[in-house]
Amino acid sequence: MAIPSSSPASPAVRARKPGARLAWIGKVFLSLLALAVGAILFRDLVRDPRLFLQIVISGLQLGFVYALIALGYTMVYGIVKLINFAHGDVFMVGSFVSFYAVTRFQLHVWPSALFPDVPYAVVVIVGPATVILLSMLVCVALAVTIERVAYKPLRDAPRIAALITAIGVSFFLEFFGALSFVFSPRFIPYQRPFDVVTWYAKDGIHLVTSAQAPPEGSITFSNIFLIIVLASVLTQLLLQFLVRRTKIGKAMRAVSFDKPAARLMGINVDRVISFTFAVGAAFAGLGGVLYAIAYPSIWSQLGILPGLKAFVAAVLGGIGSIPGAFVGALIMGQAEALTMGYISTPMRDAVAFTVLILVLLVRPTGIFGEPEKEKA
Amino acid sequence: MSLNVGFLIITVLKIAGLLAWVYGLLWGLGQRTWAAKLVTVVGAFAVIQLAISLPFGSVTLFSDFDSGLLFQACTMAMVALGLNLIYGFNGQFSLGQWGFYGIGAYAAADITYRWTNDDARGLLVVGIGVILIGLVILVVHRFLSQYTGVPVMSAFTLYLFGSIAAGAVAVALGGAGHAALAPLFGTKAAPGILQSPVVIQLVFFLAVLLAGAVAAEISFLFGLPVLSLGSDYFGIATLGFTIVVNTLMINSDTILPFPEMKGGRGMIGIPKLTNWFWAFAFLLAVIVVMRNMIHSSTGRAIMSVREDETAAKVMGIDIANNKLLAFVVGSLFAGVGGGVYAHFIGFLSPGTFDFLVGFNPLIIVVFGGLGSMTGTITASFGWIFFLEGLLRVILGQLGTEAPTWRFVLYPIALLLLMLLRPKGLLGTVEWGFLKAPWVPMRSRAEANTPPQA
Repeated sequence: MAIPSSSPASPAVRARKPGARLAWIGKVFLSLLALAVGAILFRDLVRDPRLFLQIVISGLQLGFVYALIALGYTMVYGIVKLINFAHGDVFMVGSFVSFYAVTRFQLHVWPSALFPDVPYAVVVIVGPATVILLSMLVCVALAVTIERVAYKPLRDAPRIAALITAIGVSFFLEFFGALSFVFSPRFIPYQRPFDVVTWYAKDGIHLVTSAQAPPEGSITFSNIFLIIVLASVLTQLLLQFLVRRTKIGKAMRAVSFDKPAARLMGINVDRVISFTFAVGAAFAGLGGVLYAIAYPSIWSQLGILPGLKAFVAAVLGGIGSIPGAFVGALIMGQAEALTMGYISTPMRDAVAFTVLILVLLVRPTGIFGEPEKEKA
Repeated sequence: MSLNVGFLIITVLKIAGLLAWVYGLLWGLGQRTWAAKLVTVVGAFAVIQLAISLPFGSVTLFSDFDSGLLFQACTMAMVALGLNLIYGFNGQFSLGQWGFYGIGAYAAADITYRWTNDDARGLLVVGIGVILIGLVILVVHRFLSQYTGVPVMSAFTLYLFGSIAAGAVAVALGGAGHAALAPLFGTKAAPGILQSPVVIQLVFFLAVLLAGAVAAEISFLFGLPVLSLGSDYFGIATLGFTIVVNTLMINSDTILPFPEMKGGRGMIGIPKLTNWFWAFAFLLAVIVVMRNMIHSSTGRAIMSVREDETAAKVMGIDIANNKLLAFVVGSLFAGVGGGVYAHFIGFLSPGTFDFLVGFNPLIIVVFGGLGSMTGTITASFGWIFFLEGLLRVILGQLGTEAPTWRFVLYPIALLLLMLLRPKGLLGTVEWGFLKAPWVPMRSRAEANTPPQA
């Protein structure tokens, strides 16, 4: 039986032109959009450079906190391919633990309570550091428990089962925390473990006191801003060291690359996954305390939106990539702060997600993401 | 604990009876003859209506509260069926369903609210706009089909600017139409012909359909670029969509030019034009459309995209178009559900469309089983009656913290279900009407002639 050879000039099939010819339309649209945003920002910068700089500083503060949370998302996603929705709530638990440690147990002044002769400088450093360490430890314990109880049994189940479980755990933490005998259903004014000191920069750096308000045209920044930046950068470096230079870091990279192969090489995959959750949770706990100090009002659903935005930041930077999470978080913080400053506060969430969609359209795997492997 | 045991038993019986009613309805619809289908629908309607209107002595079989729950269950079933089409059948993990539900609700509410306040622009602008934008989408689609492999961004730009132009024309035409119709509304003392109850009910019907169309067209514009992202990215982008829609609702009177929506305070004064009957009728329509779609070649193409994109592509299935189709139709169902919902209590609050609540349809779909319409319908009814009805009564004993306890207990139930039955209660099983229909292997004439020996 002869098979009719298909001729290229078959009259039934209309020849279709290559669509690449239309690529300019999208490019023009995107460039116009970028130009418009750039022009508006430039106009605002020229109009009032001081205000612009102040907004950028608040954006940096937000962005560095997001970076702390985003690390946990990006590591967990890189290794188990799970959007760990409960991560934001671990962050919330971190801020509540520090709140109760400070208000109920006065943990932030324990050195002076035990040894009355200790100099003030030691108390103010050791006390808050203890509070932060306690929060981090509680968060680690919580995250490892969640991983063991909820995620581990589902490791071989379809991915959606783990995702739904993560949503369930997240809901549980939010609403269990809202019970009055657990945390509280209301917003609570946060009591800081140390005082926030604000400086202003104009002809040198001066302290803002109740007597000396910042003069016109100066830029203010606080110690919590510096601590957040420092903590975030140090965490970043620590994590880079952990992943690149240590044995467990090598194991993490191996598990994220190929789980069965890693298991065959004698890596205890379960332990590595637990360790990843623990590291992420420790950073979330740190972030929770710092976030609560910077924005001192906490409630049981505190973690939802920062958690989501941190995840978006991780996706923006290329999920699975640690520097990507950092850069994405900074972009996210700036986008939000500039929106709050120049458009309107409620639009911050809208702009955050619009930025995500636009970046993903231009670079589908995020800024630092590796191109996805073709399905074999 | 002073729990009324009798009440508890009655409630459990009621839920069982209602599920039996749902299954009976689906079974009856699955009968071959049209007469049987008709009898089933009318009978199903009559049973509930009798239960609502006939009290047995002092006991009302089906109180107003129950009929409200039934209404909620029907709208929830529409939304969840749409999500099951997107996620269960097409495999696109979407969290945007709640946003489209909200869009549908606000669009329909705005149309009827304006109409009852002597303003035809709502209906005219939305109606003309939906038609014009639909035409623009068709024309652009036709134009783009001359090319292969058009970059997503270019296609999106064309669709977007075409739609904006069409929308501007619709606003102008709607304003002119309103000026022409204005005298027919009459005055407060002497309402004109356009304010008669029949016309208003008709406007409600149109508003619900238009709400679905609005949701569908927005989902087309949104889904076109976003569906080209990977599955998890798509999920996050759709979650972002829900959050953005909710933000816009909260600021609808400041950022958006809709002062009648009253922003975060919530939209009041929406005419109450619906009861459980309308929800039931629209749910039936959604069920029929979805079942016929799933068991057609289109439905099989949609499911093949879920199973294996590469294999589907090899079989000549247009992956992008099928994803978009499932997404648009699913959002249409959500919009219709929202349109019906908006007219029930006459009040819409942005809090209802918060993205946290938006996980409910997803959980319903997963509970019922991904890719099972029967499971979704069962889970919707079970969900509403169990959570809102039974659990509220039991936990009501706990005092003011009862609502919080509800949300503490249901994640635990969810975790247990995921650990014990990760595929949902019903897996992919279908029942009655929703089963794949009997397909004749040969044509009827052929079947009637005895085979030649």
